[in-house]
Amino acid sequence: MISFRTLLLGDGTANRVVPPSGFTAALTVVSSAAMAFLAVFAIALGLAASELATRWENELSGTATVRIPASGGEEMVQTEAVLTALRQTPGIAAVRVIEDHEQIALLAPWFGEGVPLDKLRLPTLIEVTETEIGPELDGLRLRLSAEAPGAVYDTHSRWRIPLVEAASRLRFLGVLSLCLIATVTAVTVALAAAASLAANGQVIDVLRLIGARDSWIAAAFTRRFTIRAFLGALGGVVLAMVTVAAIPGGVEAGVLSGLGFDGVEWLLPLLVPVLAAGLAFAATWVAARRRLSGVE
Amino acid sequence: MIELDSVKMSFGDRTLFQDVTLLLPEGSFHFLTGPSGAGKTTLLRLCSLQLRANHGRVRLLGQDTRGLDRDAIASFRRRIGVVHQDSRFVDHLTVAENVTLPLAVSGRSSDDPGDLSELMGWVGLGGVADRYPPELSGGERQRAALARAVILSPEIVLADEPTGNVDWEMSLKLLDLLIELNRLGKTVLCATHDLNLIRQAKSRIPARVLRIRDQGVSAGAEL
Ligand SMILES: Nc1ncnc2c1ncn2[C@@H]1O[C@H](COP(=O)(O)OP(=O)(O)OP(=O)(O)O)[C@@H](O)[C@H]1O
Ligand SMILES: [Mg+2]
Repeated sequence: MISFRTLLLGDGTANRVVPPSGFTAALTVVSSAAMAFLAVFAIALGLAASELATRWENELSGTATVRIPASGGEEMVQTEAVLTALRQTPGIAAVRVIEDHEQIALLAPWFGEGVPLDKLRLPTLIEVTETEIGPELDGLRLRLSAEAPGAVYDTHSRWRIPLVEAASRLRFLGVLSLCLIATVTAVTVALAAAASLAANGQVIDVLRLIGARDSWIAAAFTRRFTIRAFLGALGGVVLAMVTVAAIPGGVEAGVLSGLGFDGVEWLLPLLVPVLAAGLAFAATWVAARRRLSGVE
Repeated sequence: MIELDSVKMSFGDRTLFQDVTLLLPEGSFHFLTGPSGAGKTTLLRLCSLQLRANHGRVRLLGQDTRGLDRDAIASFRRRIGVVHQDSRFVDHLTVAENVTLPLAVSGRSSDDPGDLSELMGWVGLGGVADRYPPELSGGERQRAALARAVILSPEIVLADEPTGNVDWEMSLKLLDLLIELNRLGKTVLCATHDLNLIRQAKSRIPARVLRIRDQGVSAGAEL
């Protein structure tokens, strides 16, 4: 077996037995660059989706709201009863009635400042902080409706779960895209390598005849294609990173998390050329060994 | 040393050799002759492990070659120098790089340029070392192939019609080289249909002649 160093660097002649140019070289470099470019965006998408999913999950889980409808004077009593019930329920960490001025602030975007709260028959809202385990919901809902008919225990799951699910699906799409990109890269390089091996049949015959081992010949081709894929992918990644950096920020505050990288995340795309090189290595190695098995 | 033991070789239903038993001792010089299509190249290919016998056994350098794996075959080929009937090269490498290619594939570095220029001088190719194989004449190609065949100092040299497409003067020059290799102790087997060349050789060394005839190989000192 040849040493890893020889495999990677080769020596003078070994580096030149595979012709340096030709369409297979261009094909490998260009497709690796294009695939790496796409891979960076897939990574960015995956990261943004992950962040989004985590944010929705963390920010809103562990909280709930109890709504007690306005029912002509009995709210005060009902609220007290509900609060007592909540405090007695295991799995609930804290309860707090939302003050009038908070309600006004919440409604301001729709009704403007200075809403006459007393004229609007608004429900009473209780903010509930659950413990990590949370309350037993069916029992709690039953008890609350006994204390205050029409009271609703809202875990926000109605709109939180679809959001988290959508974000998870986006993240899955990102991972799926990466897998597809990797597959296409491997197949393209394998085809380019197979074409190059076929075009260089004479070189392979000559090498075998003068006593080259299969591993030496395979390494000569593998090295070429690995280096081409690495350099192509590096170019694609650099281009993609410049493009991502140029995407205007500032949308992070909204529902959409920004498409981009933060801090150490910038190092992730740099793995792409390494992965591309690894894929090219494996694909060429397999193609070369297959080709060589047909040579005396 | 080359030993063939009851070797049978056929392509499809066409049998070239039947029950061929031969012993070429170490340091001997043999010519292999016979009409075109008789199987000279085939016999040499059996000896360079490019073909496997249908039956029988080929022993090289004292070792049975049946059942060798591909890496072992590669190792054997480094100990056997072959000049093919149609010498092929890596056309995008220079003549010098082609000649030193066996060093590269066996992991030895060609770090002594003196050795190479001596070898190139020996085959008379000092002036074309930096040219490319497609630019060479037939005789230059054969000499480059011979230089490549001997750069690893093989124990056996197989030459298939080395004088196939060169003039008489060049034939004599190539013969000189083969005789010189033989004097260095190498076992030489040279296929040719050039009887003049054989005569010339026999006047200088005790070469023997193997003739392929009737699916067999007869050995003798006579032409
Ligand atoms: N791989 C092969 N498959 C089928 N037939 C083959 C193969 N190689 C050689 N032959 C046949 O075997 C016979 C002997 O071929 P070979 O090349 O050994 O002849 P030769 O004696 O070297 O002839 P020449 O003097 O023309 O070089 C020929 O009829 C050839 O067609
Ligand atoms: Mg022949």
